[in-house]
Amino acid sequence: MVAKALKSFFRRVFSRMFGQKKELKMGFYGPPNAGKTSLANRICKDFTGEEIGSVSKVPHETRSVQFKEKVEISYKGKKMMFKIIDTPGIATKIDYEDFLKFKIKKKDAKNRAKEATQGVVESIKWLDDMDVVVIVLDATENPYNQVNITIIGNLVARKIPVLIVANKVDLRKANIKKIESAFPEYDVVGISARYGKNLEEFYESIFKLAKKV
Amino acid sequence: MAKKKSLGKIRGFSIQFLPYSELSGMDSTQRIKKILNIVLGNVILIIQGKIESHEESRLIEDTMAMIGHVKGFKGIELAVISGDNDGGFFVRIRRGLINAMGGGNLGALTIIGPATIVKEIKKNPKKIELLLDR
Repeated sequence: MVAKALKSFFRRVFSRMFGQKKELKMGFYGPPNAGKTSLANRICKDFTGEEIGSVSKVPHETRSVQFKEKVEISYKGKKMMFKIIDTPGIATKIDYEDFLKFKIKKKDAKNRAKEATQGVVESIKWLDDMDVVVIVLDATENPYNQVNITIIGNLVARKIPVLIVANKVDLRKANIKKIESAFPEYDVVGISARYGKNLEEFYESIFKLAKKV
Repeated sequence: MAKKKSLGKIRGFSIQFLPYSELSGMDSTQRIKKILNIVLGNVILIIQGKIESHEESRLIEDTMAMIGHVKGFKGIELAVISGDNDGGFFVRIRRGLINAMGGGNLGALTIIGPATIVKEIKKNPKKIELLLDR
């Protein structure tokens, strides 16, 4: 415990002396279509001018882990360097027939389903590599989904700090209170990644989260 | 004349109860194998207690690996209902002791069903609804 504190102290001192900035790995996790890529895009666009990936109404648009390095987030005079890691949505079932509803050809739908299953496995494997994790939930959906609980349980077991984001608060059906009561031990920030609503509170929470590392 | 409402065709399905004692002596790999073997037989499984969170994620990984390789398999529906946060301090202490003696969280129930049968599990803190795929 003492050795860890000393190591952390000296690392911070040397880092300041030689101007080296540690890059924190910040993962975006959650179920499909919650807005993980929309939020990651918003951050990357704000601080690097480039987006990280494409977004779509069709679930499982992100089917492999994508990341952007050296994203320096600055907020109210504070600055911190992050590696933004956007992960495929985690699900317990994937049926290619669900994609046919979005007028995707059968062959493409089957291929999408195959890639999506691989994406879920990849997302879970990356859990070990994260410094902090932002769980992105759709505020219009029921938060008591077992996938959400499983992800958080795994992060707690790995002692990785967690922030919960209730996305899509611009929609009438959004219910942040339900998410707060489902996860009372965690900070929940309501945002709209699509319209950039309440991102100030989100960035403030990110800095608080980074302090827990 | 109003059209007569139909309940539609409901497929037959089986429910199996698995006491925690049947899983407690197993390692994670054996537990997941046992669970998946039951679920692959188109059976809805109710487990006394809950598996560890790393086992849940491993179960999801193994499930994903099976989709496309096991004919007709689309994945699983999974839910855990637990009264962990209920009761006062002494109730929780007593529950903790019972769980420690039993080797797992016996105050919980885990429901796992194949997605071909269970369309959705709607979960609220103290209620689970299974919506079946007709």
